[in-house]
Amino acid sequence: MKTLEELMQIREKTLWGIQVRTDSSVVHNLAEKHILVCSGTGCTSSSSTLIISNFTKLLEEKNLDNVRVIKTGCFGLCAKGPVVVIYPEGIFYSMVQPEDVVEIVEQHLMTGRIVERLLYEDEEQEQEQLVITKLADLPFYQKQQRIVLKNCGLINPEDIDEYLAVGGYQALSKALNKMSRYDVIETVKKSGLRGRGGGGFPTGLKWEFAAKQLNDQKYIICNADEGDPGAFMDRSILEGDPHSCLEAMTIGGYAIGANKGYIYIRAEYPIAVKRLEVAIAQAKEYGLLGEDILGTPFNFDIEIRLGAGAFVCGEETALMNSIEGKRGMPNPKPPFPAVSGLFGKPTVINNVETFSNIPQIINEGSEWFAAIGSENSKGTKVFALGGKIVNTGLIEVPMGITLREIIYDIGGGIPHGKHFKSVQTGGPSGGCITKDYLDTKIDYDNLTALGSMMGSGGMIVMDEDNCMVDMARFYLDFTREESCGKCSPCRIGTTRLLEILEKITEGKGTLADLQKLETLSEEIKVASLCGLGQTAPNPVLSTIKHFKGEYLAHIVDKKCPAGVCKSLVQYFIEKEQCRGCSLCAKKCPVMAISGQLKEPHQIDTEKCIKCGLCYESCRFKAIVRK
Amino acid sequence: MQAVKTSSCNCSSANQDFIQQISEFKGLDGGLIPALHAVQERYGYLAEEALKVVAEQLEVSMAKIYGVATFYSYFSVVPKGEHIIRVCLGTACYVKGAQELIDNLSQELKIRVGETTEDGKFTLEASRCLGACGLAPAMMIDSDVYGKLTGKKIKEVLEKYNQ
Repeated sequence: MKTLEELMQIREKTLWGIQVRTDSSVVHNLAEKHILVCSGTGCTSSSSTLIISNFTKLLEEKNLDNVRVIKTGCFGLCAKGPVVVIYPEGIFYSMVQPEDVVEIVEQHLMTGRIVERLLYEDEEQEQEQLVITKLADLPFYQKQQRIVLKNCGLINPEDIDEYLAVGGYQALSKALNKMSRYDVIETVKKSGLRGRGGGGFPTGLKWEFAAKQLNDQKYIICNADEGDPGAFMDRSILEGDPHSCLEAMTIGGYAIGANKGYIYIRAEYPIAVKRLEVAIAQAKEYGLLGEDILGTPFNFDIEIRLGAGAFVCGEETALMNSIEGKRGMPNPKPPFPAVSGLFGKPTVINNVETFSNIPQIINEGSEWFAAIGSENSKGTKVFALGGKIVNTGLIEVPMGITLREIIYDIGGGIPHGKHFKSVQTGGPSGGCITKDYLDTKIDYDNLTALGSMMGSGGMIVMDEDNCMVDMARFYLDFTREESCGKCSPCRIGTTRLLEILEKITEGKGTLADLQKLETLSEEIKVASLCGLGQTAPNPVLSTIKHFKGEYLAHIVDKKCPAGVCKSLVQYFIEKEQCRGCSLCAKKCPVMAISGQLKEPHQIDTEKCIKCGLCYESCRFKAIVRK
Repeated sequence: MQAVKTSSCNCSSANQDFIQQISEFKGLDGGLIPALHAVQERYGYLAEEALKVVAEQLEVSMAKIYGVATFYSYFSVVPKGEHIIRVCLGTACYVKGAQELIDNLSQELKIRVGETTEDGKFTLEASRCLGACGLAPAMMIDSDVYGKLTGKKIKEVLEKYNQ
């Protein structure tokens, strides 16, 4: 247990040590260098752990004791991982391999010459390739504003001292020592913060409802059951900055009068779980969790609970049933969790990203936060950029930015010279947005008006090679599988929707099916028990709205314009183009291609399984897909 | 279903150790799911004999345990292969050809999704998003993530596990 004074001392001492990377304006007197290696899930899977141990070993061998290796959370530019950044210069090395370590140490650290081979190249520039040396100059970061991800890629997530050094736990101290419970709630209310997990409910209001309940026991839950396919911000925040979430939960506990918190996290996120365990142990050691926090009479404890692979558990009442050890099925609301939640007690449940905003709102004040973003959506939003986009990764932007800025300025556009077709937001609950709406300002209300939704922030970009009917089928396959089965509109309705969509993608659909899809969708929306069912038809409705032509092509012309739906695609060899090299015949797994060497070949469409291997292998573009 | 009395069995010390481990979940509110995680971590799946211990220690019926266990996709009541391959079928991976990846693997391993190879080496599963969208298409073998996969890379990865 540390006193406030001891915490201040740790803060100052550590801050001096990490100034090399936190403050570019300070001329650093020490000849110290810091090597930051990304240790998020993405870079770890491309062997960043080995990179770290190679650095440590080599630095020791060379007696470079003024260089420190630090593992950090995600830098966001996952497409270019593993990422290594060297301070104080801020040199950004991308796609570093474990064997590159020798060169970085011997050339950069020992002789001061940058390893140009590993610098970031902006491949999408039309003029000659632009090489960028520093992290701060990457176009990827230019339009971003980092509040929630502020510490990701800056501090060591497994070192509480570094979190303290960058201002960590100051908000908790301020709340406990200088603010009443109601001051805290007022500040959160005035900031305009809305839930980042999908619903967008005002966080302060939620806290106020729970605070007003009279009960001997209340709970705070952090929802880290990030289930949307295509979203990974909560995982990255917990991997990169776990203490911000713990601090916020503790502040929340103080505000509503709870002494116990649960973090419900997916079992599929082993690194995040481990870092949370480390963080909780450190916070307890410092007296920032447990009894008499910071010498005040306030007690708060946090326990981790692992999910077990059920998407519906992201729904708050289902999640609470799961913590109680039951099947994760939702309950009808009301009663709302703020009145009767976990174990029947008043409970506040917020998502990871929502929580991570709290410490800075308390520190900087509600006006500061409310000045960022658009009229009804304050602050920033973290998006996971994925699919057909150059810079796949994690970004944080102010609300009200346009889709065009996200996709082209930050995301770097569509790779391989293909054309943008649509972007899917909100995961299985959301919808598609077409190029006509690229200049729409992104916030809760505008996305809903477009028939999509904010959701947890997955943003999947699609190009001309993606079939929108198949995408709708994909999402329905997901929601049907994940429907808990408690209410029939969702259980049976999603199955029927999927059957109709399969029929269409197989070329057996009729125009009546299209009508049926729409009416059934509307019925599922109004009759389902929880958010999963109520939003499950959105991908269908929005693709019908924006891409009706594609549905008609499948139904009337029996064609899949994108060439995705296998039953509707046929492969042919253009005789004029074919040189008879027989490469395709060798690749074909079912021997459907025949012909004499140096003579045009042909495909037996009866035998063909439409795997597309021949199409990919042909060097003369002689194989066509129709 | 009646919980089986473990006192009648010939418990080895490993069993005692397991019983001790499970008994610690008894006082925990909602301890059933953490107990099931412990069983699966220890035995690789939810073995019936082990679940009987859970039933006895936590004083819940086997029927309730079965209901909970089969609700969650992370739990399995049948044994799995030595290595579990989870191919990500999240949206980012799907638009980048994850389905072909699965077809490829199932051809290579001669099993369908959900099955285990004859030699008990691999189990093939389709997974919800692994959260490795920046590396799409991706898969996980046990707890290691492999990203930016192609047909060729899959063969190399499998090779590593076949040695």
